[in-house]
Amino acid sequence: MEKEKKQYTVSVYTENNIGLLNRISAIFQRRHINIESMNISASEIEGVSRFTILVIVSEVQIKRIIGQIEKQIEVIKAYYHTDEDTIYQVSGMFKIKSDLLFEEGQIQQIIKDSNSRIVAVNKRFFVLEKSGRKQEVEQLHQTLRTFGIMQYVRSGRIAVTKDEMKISEIITGLKN
Amino acid sequence: MMVKHEIMKTKQTILEKKVIHSSTYVSGSEAVVKCLLAEGVDVLYGYPGGAIMPVYDALYKYQDKIHHVLTRHEQGATHAAQGYARISGKTGVAIATSGPGATNLITGIADAQIDSTPMVCITGQVPSHLLGSDAFQETDIVGISTPITKWNHQVTKASEIPEVLAKAFYIAKSGRPGPVLIDITKDAQFEKFEFSYKKCESIRSYNPVPKIELSSVKTAAELINAAKRPMIVWGQGVILGEAEQELTAVIEKAGIPSAWTIMGASAIPTSHPLNVGMVGMHGNYAPNVLTNECDVLIAIGMRFDDRVTGRLDAYARQAKIIHFEIDPAEIHKNVKADVAVLGDAKESLKLVLPLLKANSHPEWHQKFKYLYEVEFEKVIDKDLHPTKEGMTMGEVLKEINAQTKGNAAIVSDVGQHQMIACRYANFNKTKSNITSGGLGTMGFSLPAAIGAKMAAPEREVISISGDGGCQMTIQELGTILQSKIAVKVVVLNNEFLGMVRQWQQLFFDKRYASTQMTNPDFITIAKGYFLNAKRVTKREDLAEAVAEMIASKDAYFLEVCVEKEDNVFPMVPAGASVSEIRLT
Repeated sequence: MEKEKKQYTVSVYTENNIGLLNRISAIFQRRHINIESMNISASEIEGVSRFTILVIVSEVQIKRIIGQIEKQIEVIKAYYHTDEDTIYQVSGMFKIKSDLLFEEGQIQQIIKDSNSRIVAVNKRFFVLEKSGRKQEVEQLHQTLRTFGIMQYVRSGRIAVTKDEMKISEIITGLKN
Repeated sequence: MMVKHEIMKTKQTILEKKVIHSSTYVSGSEAVVKCLLAEGVDVLYGYPGGAIMPVYDALYKYQDKIHHVLTRHEQGATHAAQGYARISGKTGVAIATSGPGATNLITGIADAQIDSTPMVCITGQVPSHLLGSDAFQETDIVGISTPITKWNHQVTKASEIPEVLAKAFYIAKSGRPGPVLIDITKDAQFEKFEFSYKKCESIRSYNPVPKIELSSVKTAAELINAAKRPMIVWGQGVILGEAEQELTAVIEKAGIPSAWTIMGASAIPTSHPLNVGMVGMHGNYAPNVLTNECDVLIAIGMRFDDRVTGRLDAYARQAKIIHFEIDPAEIHKNVKADVAVLGDAKESLKLVLPLLKANSHPEWHQKFKYLYEVEFEKVIDKDLHPTKEGMTMGEVLKEINAQTKGNAAIVSDVGQHQMIACRYANFNKTKSNITSGGLGTMGFSLPAAIGAKMAAPEREVISISGDGGCQMTIQELGTILQSKIAVKVVVLNNEFLGMVRQWQQLFFDKRYASTQMTNPDFITIAKGYFLNAKRVTKREDLAEAVAEMIASKDAYFLEVCVEKEDNVFPMVPAGASVSEIRLT
């Protein structure tokens, strides 16, 4: 069971420091593990960054990786979660020729059905944004690509956990 | 009059302020030296070059307070700093310029990382406005050293220097020690600022010593008390945590046969009756075999390295495992622990001692004794008292033991001689075995011995290497010459890269690919560095030559020509279980 590979979301709370990204990504690289996606942002705590990393590994591996991540001096705490433990989503953006909106009637319907929204529009192009599960964004991508897409980009996963991580308490408990 | 008086007073105050001002308003490079002094650094090893010149200029000014040793290569500087750290328990310091100077430090940094040696490396860097421009001697040393440092940081402003260096020394030495690299741009070295220094005592995201859970100590004690066949394997954590006395007390009270990893050697004297020798690939027969017979295995400050465990799924499967360890990432990493006691070894052992019942396990000890006798007959006797013509490495060690009475610090290199040195050296004192355990860095011994001798000038420090390893850093004989360091250098010459040759013999049908060495005349080389030097080719000359070396007040180079194709046994072949250890 423990050796079966599955998708894990890793949450890492860190100090905001140059070079830490390198340190953390090196832990995966060294073990020949591909990072499926990575997002770094502010967290709920001021001055503390949050890494959200998606990997496909076994539970044995992810436990060791968490140990190695937490060993880094500027890492405050690291956690791993299964998909069931988290609420997660990605975001996709599509840049499409404005003409298509008028020439291809279905596009408006696709926008409605997919719950995506237009975030910018001008004479030449419009930009569509879709948030949700990766599959949903990818499905929209497949649907739209038949009409021609000028640009497409998708973000890494971001996730919040269903259970508390008590990171604020950990930080309050730390010296300084 | 009042007014004049006041003016005078003001003038005086300004003057006083100026004095204070000038004493603390310093350049970044002078600040580096002041930080080193504040951290109690009295010696550092390095090599100058363009981007670190301002710091060298400051070192020139402070040469009466801090001793800089010019090595012949930056790798030598790191190993010397390591040797210094390993024998003294203090943090070693190495310094180099940017580019090639910095990259030459890498092997030593990687070695210090895997062997948990406290070391601070300072590198010069091109001026900050040139960063990323592929400037002359620019290299991304912070990027390069990231995976092999405990922490690293680039400084681009002089004002950051005190805080960053304070952090560097704190991180290098605290918890599980390791190397830290600080890269300082040349403009930051020149920039002037108001200097003040405060030692670093904590970092909020860093918990170097986990708090010991008393319940785990209690469970550990219960397991040990109930054990019929307990065995201890200790590692370097005992030495780093200065827990030698506590370990001895535990061993003696509970009567537990105790073995050591290569990094743990010398923590308890070789002669201690409960010391049953070394575990691992070329360790002793009894502790390897009985690892798979004990009912409780107590691992203390060791990390179940693959050279120790052999095949993992056949390692101590029958035993309950208790793991005393300071680094949470080591728990369950290779071997799943039934009880993990996280924390400092000294404190943990202190807590467990009163909970232990006095015990002696005489029948269990008999097994160790019996297997030792088997090993003695098949291996040890032949190594130490050979009847064949050619000299063995073992008899050289036996002679060194006899003449130093086990009081020398043995600094070994990597290969056959290393295994022989660790197996046969008599250690009376802790911190006497200095070797490259985890990384297996050939060339480690000579420069590490320089650092060790400088940190412990009162001790006999003997570098032991092979003809291969010694040539990897032989240029450091120049450091010995210039800095007048009374290191004894023993080269056990078998005209082969012996360990690789042994594997070729055993596992590659004697296809000796690139392991035969055409060697220089080592004595001529040593004499070229104006060192006393002697070559021994016959057994009858060995004792006298070792005596001459030990008696020498100055450095001494001794080459001993040993049997060419001797093998090191016992041996756990790669992929085999520890109990499948071979005696021949």
